[in-house]
Amino acid sequence: MDLATFAVQLLNGVQYGLVLFLVASGLTLVFGILGVINLAHGAFYMLGAYVAYWLTLQTGSFLAALVGGIAIAFVAGLALESLFIKRLYGRDHLSQVLLSYGLILVLDELRHILFGKDVHSVAPPAFLTGSFKLTDVLSYQNYRLAICAFCLAVAAAIFFVIARTRIGMIVRAGAENRDMTRALGIRSDRVNRLVFATGIALAALAGIVVAPISTVYPGMGDQMLILSFVVVVLGGIGSITGAAIGALLIGLTDTFGQVLFPSFASISIYLVMAAILLWRPHGILGARDV
Amino acid sequence: MSKIEMLGATRRDLLKGAAAAGLAGAFPLPALAQGAPLKVGFMLPYTGTYAKLGKFIDEGFRLKVEMLGGKLGGRAIEYVQVDDESEPAKGTDNMNRLVGREKVDFVVGTVHSGVAMAMAKVAKDTGTTLIVPNAGANDVTRAMCAPNIWRTSFTNWQPCFPMGKVMYDAGHRNVMTITWRYAAGQEDVEALKESFVKLGGKVTEELYLPFPQVEFQALITQIAQKKPDAVFAFFAGGGAVKFVKDYAAAGLRASIPLYGPGFLTDGTLPAQGADAEGIKTTLHYADDLDNPANKAYLAAFKKKVGEEGDVYGVQGYDAAALLGIGLDAVKGDIAAREKMYAAMQDAKIDSPRGPISFSKAHNVVQNIYLREVKGGINKYIAVAHANLADPALGCRVAS
Repeated sequence: MDLATFAVQLLNGVQYGLVLFLVASGLTLVFGILGVINLAHGAFYMLGAYVAYWLTLQTGSFLAALVGGIAIAFVAGLALESLFIKRLYGRDHLSQVLLSYGLILVLDELRHILFGKDVHSVAPPAFLTGSFKLTDVLSYQNYRLAICAFCLAVAAAIFFVIARTRIGMIVRAGAENRDMTRALGIRSDRVNRLVFATGIALAALAGIVVAPISTVYPGMGDQMLILSFVVVVLGGIGSITGAAIGALLIGLTDTFGQVLFPSFASISIYLVMAAILLWRPHGILGARDV
Repeated sequence: MSKIEMLGATRRDLLKGAAAAGLAGAFPLPALAQGAPLKVGFMLPYTGTYAKLGKFIDEGFRLKVEMLGGKLGGRAIEYVQVDDESEPAKGTDNMNRLVGREKVDFVVGTVHSGVAMAMAKVAKDTGTTLIVPNAGANDVTRAMCAPNIWRTSFTNWQPCFPMGKVMYDAGHRNVMTITWRYAAGQEDVEALKESFVKLGGKVTEELYLPFPQVEFQALITQIAQKKPDAVFAFFAGGGAVKFVKDYAAAGLRASIPLYGPGFLTDGTLPAQGADAEGIKTTLHYADDLDNPANKAYLAAFKKKVGEEGDVYGVQGYDAAALLGIGLDAVKGDIAAREKMYAAMQDAKIDSPRGPISFSKAHNVVQNIYLREVKGGINKYIAVAHANLADPALGCRVAS
């Protein structure tokens, strides 16, 4: 592999990693702060992509799809939390898995009723449709670069909210010791609702942003869900920084694994995960048991 | 109801059944038996990624039966549907359910090759007549072949073998392949290599992704770096849409032409849009085949289902035609299996895809067409290979 190709593959790996981070960030928030295993995270990712397809078709504007999709997902998250999820706090993981698996079935059927089972593609916003030459034959879409920038911006925003704002402080306190936070008079149930809805909105956001480069099809969330869990466990449950490191690691491993060790491409990321968990059983930046 | 009562009821039913059977044995009533409807079991994917394929096969079959007057061999047809979910692990149970509990006379299924292999095993053990209307796993009509197993679709080998000559004749000598690492993908690449290498071409590199992964960037970058004359790709469904779009977005469409079996662009063109234009594929069907049977099929399908018929509908349609020929030969008396299979073996069907017949291994013998995506349809260009039969390696019925 010459230097130019290496640079392109590095770019591919980083871009894939950033997308993985965007999907996994919502999962690690919900998992880390609420202690809820949300298997339906991938289904919301898929629904986000379908909503993006539908709204772009109706309004002709990708930006409208972005804003509308996030709003719908956020409201759905608030409703789900107050109806179902709040009953799960502190219960064993089996009930959580059962409920969120049920959600997958319901959401998938909903997708079938609303959008059918065809494969669709979504056009990126007009000002990002072009591409530029990387080598003599290879081009790179502007939209992919825009995704990189967007994911970095979202990451920065999450870091800022968690580390520098009052609500972030409450969230961190709640994750650390739920009972003590409540004893200090902080309405943690309201914060929980907000955290869950944000997690769902992040899943949908990832689906929307990825739709133009990934195409929209039934079952697109299944694989993303597994990869997201790998990222979350690898980075340390609940740690946003850990998720970012884990996502980049998985993106690069998968990209270079396919190129350098094609026969092991399907297991390379799991080998890396196993190795890292042997070294740090709680994940790279994790403090709790996995 | 207590268990004992249930047992009693069962025993009474059993006695009644035995009495009836005794009567029937003493006074055979062939007219009555032959007048009863025949049961066809559809074991197809009605949910999941392949749901649309399952639906079209189902509709195609029913359409042909309706066009034959609602009867096959003079007997009405009853349908039982089982959703196989494209889940190989459940294949044996689902098939046993149709054969054992539902007591169907024939089974039609399925799309997924792994499930089809499980079905073929049960069919081989129980002797149930099985017609495969899509799954392409070579082995179903090779190592697993049996007198009661038939296929109206294709072997993975069939659409890909003629592609070697097509690519060689187009002047390509160094070719790369890319597909998922699973049975269908590997069988496709092997079939292409068989003809392409024999002609003097070279497959410089075979790229594989884990099934069903769709992150293609790394391998597309590799293709751009190696710059082969052309690329042969097999993907289907959502994977096919994404690959074709990613390939075009990487700017490779103009410099390194893309080829593949027809599944790369079948049923996916609306989503692929302009990015698929110019892709050449080989398959046993093209959207605009100009023959009366195809026109009749397309018009009738549109009228019945409300959607454009496609290759999957044709495969279901021909499954009904094949069964009809067998049942006509024995006037609906399914006890005369040998005679029925002999008639199916000799069947010459005027299919929407052109004339078809059946090999000794019971796989369809058919034309493979070269098509090009033009104006949003898979346009017919030429016959890539006429009356192509699968070599049926390892089938003992055939040798």
